[in-house]
Amino acid sequence: MAEVKYSWPSRDDSRVIGQSVDRLDGLAKATGAAKYTYDINPKNLLIAKALGCPHAHCRIKSIDTSAAEKTRGVVHVEILKEAGSEIEFQGELIAVVAAESEGAAIEGRAALKVQYDVLDTFTSDEDLAAAEQAGRTSKAGGKAQTEREPGDDDDEDEFIEKEIDRLLKESAHVVEGYYGVDAITHCCLEPHGSTVEWKDGKLEAWLSTQNVSGTDDGFARDLELTADDVNVYCEYIGGGFGSKFAPDYWGISAARIARATGRPVKFMLDRDQELKIAGNRPSGYIKVRIGADENGVVKVWDSVHWGTAGFTGGGVSHTVIPYVLVPKNYRRNATAIKTNNSQARAWRAPNHPQACAMSQTAFDDLAAKMGKDSYDVFLANLKAGNVDSQQQPAVYIAEMEIGAKLIDWKAKWHPHGKGQPRGSIVDGLGMALHTWGGVANDSTCQLKIYPDGGVESFCGTQDLGTGTRTVCAMVLAETFGLKVNQVKVNIGSSKFPNSGASGGSTTVGAVTESHRRASQDALAKIFDLASQELQADAGSLEAVDGMIRVKGSPNQAITWKKACARLGMKPLEVSASHKRGDASPLSSSGVGGIQMAHVEVDKETGVVKIKKFVAVQDQGLVINPKTCKSQIYGAVIMGIAFALHEQRINDPQTGAFINAELADYKLPRLGDVGEIVVELYEPEDQRSRGVIGNGEPPVISPGAAISNAVCNALGVRVPVLPLTPQRVLEAITKQASRA
Amino acid sequence: MKAFEYAEARTEAGVLELLSAEPGKTELLAGGTDLIGLMKKMIVTPDRVVNIMEIPSLKVIEPTAEGGLVIGAAVTLDDLLENDYVREYPALVQAIRGINSMQLQAQGTLGGEVCQRPRCWFFRNGHGLLAENGTLAAEGDSRYHAVFGNQGPAKFVSSSRTAPALIALGAHLRVLGPAAEDESFLPLSEFYRAPRQAGQREHVLEPRQWVTHIVLPPPGDQHNATYEVRDSEGPAFPLAAAAARLELAGGVVRQAQIVLGQVAPTPWVSQVAADVLRGLPVTPATAEAAGQAAISEATPLPGNQYKVQLAKVAVKRAVLLAAGLETGGF
Ligand SMILES: Cc1cc2nc3c(=O)[nH]c(=O)nc-3n(C[C@H](O)[C@H](O)[C@H](O)COP(=O)(O)OP(=O)(O)OC[C@H]3O[C@@H](n4cnc5c(N)ncnc54)[C@H](O)[C@@H]3O)c2cc1C
Repeated sequence: MAEVKYSWPSRDDSRVIGQSVDRLDGLAKATGAAKYTYDINPKNLLIAKALGCPHAHCRIKSIDTSAAEKTRGVVHVEILKEAGSEIEFQGELIAVVAAESEGAAIEGRAALKVQYDVLDTFTSDEDLAAAEQAGRTSKAGGKAQTEREPGDDDDEDEFIEKEIDRLLKESAHVVEGYYGVDAITHCCLEPHGSTVEWKDGKLEAWLSTQNVSGTDDGFARDLELTADDVNVYCEYIGGGFGSKFAPDYWGISAARIARATGRPVKFMLDRDQELKIAGNRPSGYIKVRIGADENGVVKVWDSVHWGTAGFTGGGVSHTVIPYVLVPKNYRRNATAIKTNNSQARAWRAPNHPQACAMSQTAFDDLAAKMGKDSYDVFLANLKAGNVDSQQQPAVYIAEMEIGAKLIDWKAKWHPHGKGQPRGSIVDGLGMALHTWGGVANDSTCQLKIYPDGGVESFCGTQDLGTGTRTVCAMVLAETFGLKVNQVKVNIGSSKFPNSGASGGSTTVGAVTESHRRASQDALAKIFDLASQELQADAGSLEAVDGMIRVKGSPNQAITWKKACARLGMKPLEVSASHKRGDASPLSSSGVGGIQMAHVEVDKETGVVKIKKFVAVQDQGLVINPKTCKSQIYGAVIMGIAFALHEQRINDPQTGAFINAELADYKLPRLGDVGEIVVELYEPEDQRSRGVIGNGEPPVISPGAAISNAVCNALGVRVPVLPLTPQRVLEAITKQASRA
Repeated sequence: MKAFEYAEARTEAGVLELLSAEPGKTELLAGGTDLIGLMKKMIVTPDRVVNIMEIPSLKVIEPTAEGGLVIGAAVTLDDLLENDYVREYPALVQAIRGINSMQLQAQGTLGGEVCQRPRCWFFRNGHGLLAENGTLAAEGDSRYHAVFGNQGPAKFVSSSRTAPALIALGAHLRVLGPAAEDESFLPLSEFYRAPRQAGQREHVLEPRQWVTHIVLPPPGDQHNATYEVRDSEGPAFPLAAAAARLELAGGVVRQAQIVLGQVAPTPWVSQVAADVLRGLPVTPATAEAAGQAAISEATPLPGNQYKVQLAKVAVKRAVLLAAGLETGGF
């Protein structure tokens, strides 16, 4: 057999790749046939409910489980935090009650008697001075870079200080700004949790997870087993966004309770617990000065920012400040604040959405100050090479041109605050740009070709709802010249060959790598078999429309089935892998994208509405335009959520996370998102780079783009996201009292 | 959820037999969209739940002899939207449309809507309706709390979205109980109250009293409207709302009813706003003046000053809409 050269077919030769294919599991999901973790109900199931700590900071004095144990229907009570433990955030799970029904578990939980010593709380993450006074801050890194180097005798800090001052003084335009983004939660529609069952000493775990292949070890480690004693299943998942990589301590507890009781256990978090403890995105607030030349090209950036990733401190990494548009001279410093909140988890493009909203707002304020079109200021900085990105400036410029046409930028633009009002309504435009990696993760695909022509793949990946299953099938169908419904894709089980966790936009690259490799390897073997019958060189064959035929003479052909029949009695089994980071003709990394928002603001009520939102995104080769675009629509909606609606609200008195319910935790509805236009940017020079993930990048820009659009409408910056009516009105009032 | 007994009444009289005289022991179940959530969180823990959805007399929408309308407490919001008689009361229709959720409209009832419990996050997180005698809201995050009538311990806002419209339209409630033979007609404007002590409810009904019907006077010339300031098209509660009913003659306002919602522990009837309009034509300026007058009574908490502006705009826009004019905003 000749050595297989892995590659993608050209645009013209592709029959399946590049076509919009409906999700294979769409119908199952729409009809409810798809089984999520929540839907797994083995016989004899116990329901576990945990008691979350009501206080944001306390010490547990005592726990009395006797009444809970006596509650009708309660079978088992497990303590997770012993008396004496310090609890540093509201919602931390203290004890679990497993019972015959959900009602009994909740009643049993209510009968748990826990006494607490309530301690001081701190949750005011926007208030740096208060955090310092409370001793809650720590340095979180920083960096300074100047074109001029300090001399040998210079004190470096002093030199930088002087240099920044000089550059600011020499600037034609200086902007001093304050911007921020509140913490939000992952708010998965399906809360974290699992249903677990022991069978012959082995653990069967249906876990809502982004990491099917990696969580068996997670269970094994904490339960002192080996990974081969654990099977993890997740066919469908209702949202993870970076928060579902591990079994979590509640998953381990479920397994312990199942072992102790000899019964299967379902342990899902309650809605408020989901919001309080199962993932949040750090807040970020920044004070910045920038100096620019007469063309709006920024020469110097000087910022301090702060925020919280919960009780451990943390915050937005300084390494992405300023964001994408980076001048040659900058100084940035970060401060972490410890607040009484649970620890942040990776949230879709960690650090980038906040960094974008804290940086590109300043560039827009520069345009406002100069009375210039924001588009031109962004463009001038791209052209001046003020760029630190995984994508090329020329690509951004091309994408901006497309975006501007789609939103009709030039016709709709007006200088900041100078639009024509309709009654109390003013409109505005804003833009932002972003970058991301999206490298292909590790992945192995095991492929079976049956003598009857059946094709089946096995891969321990997961479909976060993004269309992973469909993409795998498309790749197999493309390679074998079959239809998508003629191949079967098996995913969502840790029994299948390892495939990386779905995080960092690494999945589509990973699974298309392994599926293309395995299918090309298998096809070469099928070609060998067919070549005997066709009496042609295997290298001259192609698989098209269910046939194996000789290139250039389509009549010299046998059916796919007939070729497979030559396998004899046994299926052909092939495995192929990709290793993250290995150079490959099939995938690469580094994408960019630009987004533009057209908003309307009611100046009397502070209500902001999205009229139109344009997203132009590159991601190398697009396998399935439909699911690729869906991913971007979803990201834009999620971006509108944190730009206008979503925030974790800590009550300043008690530290409680008081809006940890979907009724109070505000999210946009379809009527709130306006018209969203998505354009996939895929010219040949991008397509030829191979597959790159796009799960995260399109969620980065909406915050900055919408903030900039609102500023353009009002002529006033509403500094902190989400831009609630309260904040919009407060910004207008503040401006009016200054004037 | 606490284990409870489920009971179903088939007649109005049957309801009373199932209701306890002790507060909190029994709850009426209409659509359940509010009650079930409260029970799941154990904010409400009845021993018995009494379903009223199978009582035929509570499902009627019927004109009265005087030309008004009687609406059974178990009529769903959806049924109201589809009813020709109800269409004569635009303020009510607009309020129901504003709820913007097919599920709530299909399942929720008018009785339940009027009787729903406050959304105050301190209450819903288990701190009681007065939330430590008002201190949690006064010193904590009060962005959605009352800006009127909040000097007592009650700082929450009345949640009903139809109540401002119903009060402006002059609705009465038919109330039965506590004794089997007790029947009364209570103006809806007297139904709500700001509780002063823990354990008191946000309305005046005694245990074993309940609402069977909502009665509306004749629709008149339909110069009425509801305007809500909403930050989302979803089923989120408005930040402020107002309903206005105008009697116009010769181009000027003869009588006005202005009722604000989501700004006080009860729907807030603004006499001062109504007084400003009397004898004047409705213009953007007079509507603005009515809004301005309404907020002269505002007493915002440290964290909700912005709601005063929203209350003003809600009044102004409700008045403009009632007069058939443009609001100039969303
Ligand atoms: C996510 C969510 C969003 C919501 N959004 C809105 C909204 O935008 N606007 C809005 O108005 N509401 C909203 N609600 C609240 C509520 O569900 C609706 O108001 C609904 O109309 C209540 O009617 P129901 O028949 O379901 O009431 P139920 O839940 O059955 O009852 C509500 C309360 O009234 C009592 N009750 C019911 N009938 C009577 C009666 N005849 N006499 C005396 N007491 C009675 C019950 O005991 C209970 O305390 C929302 C609820 C949820 C869960």
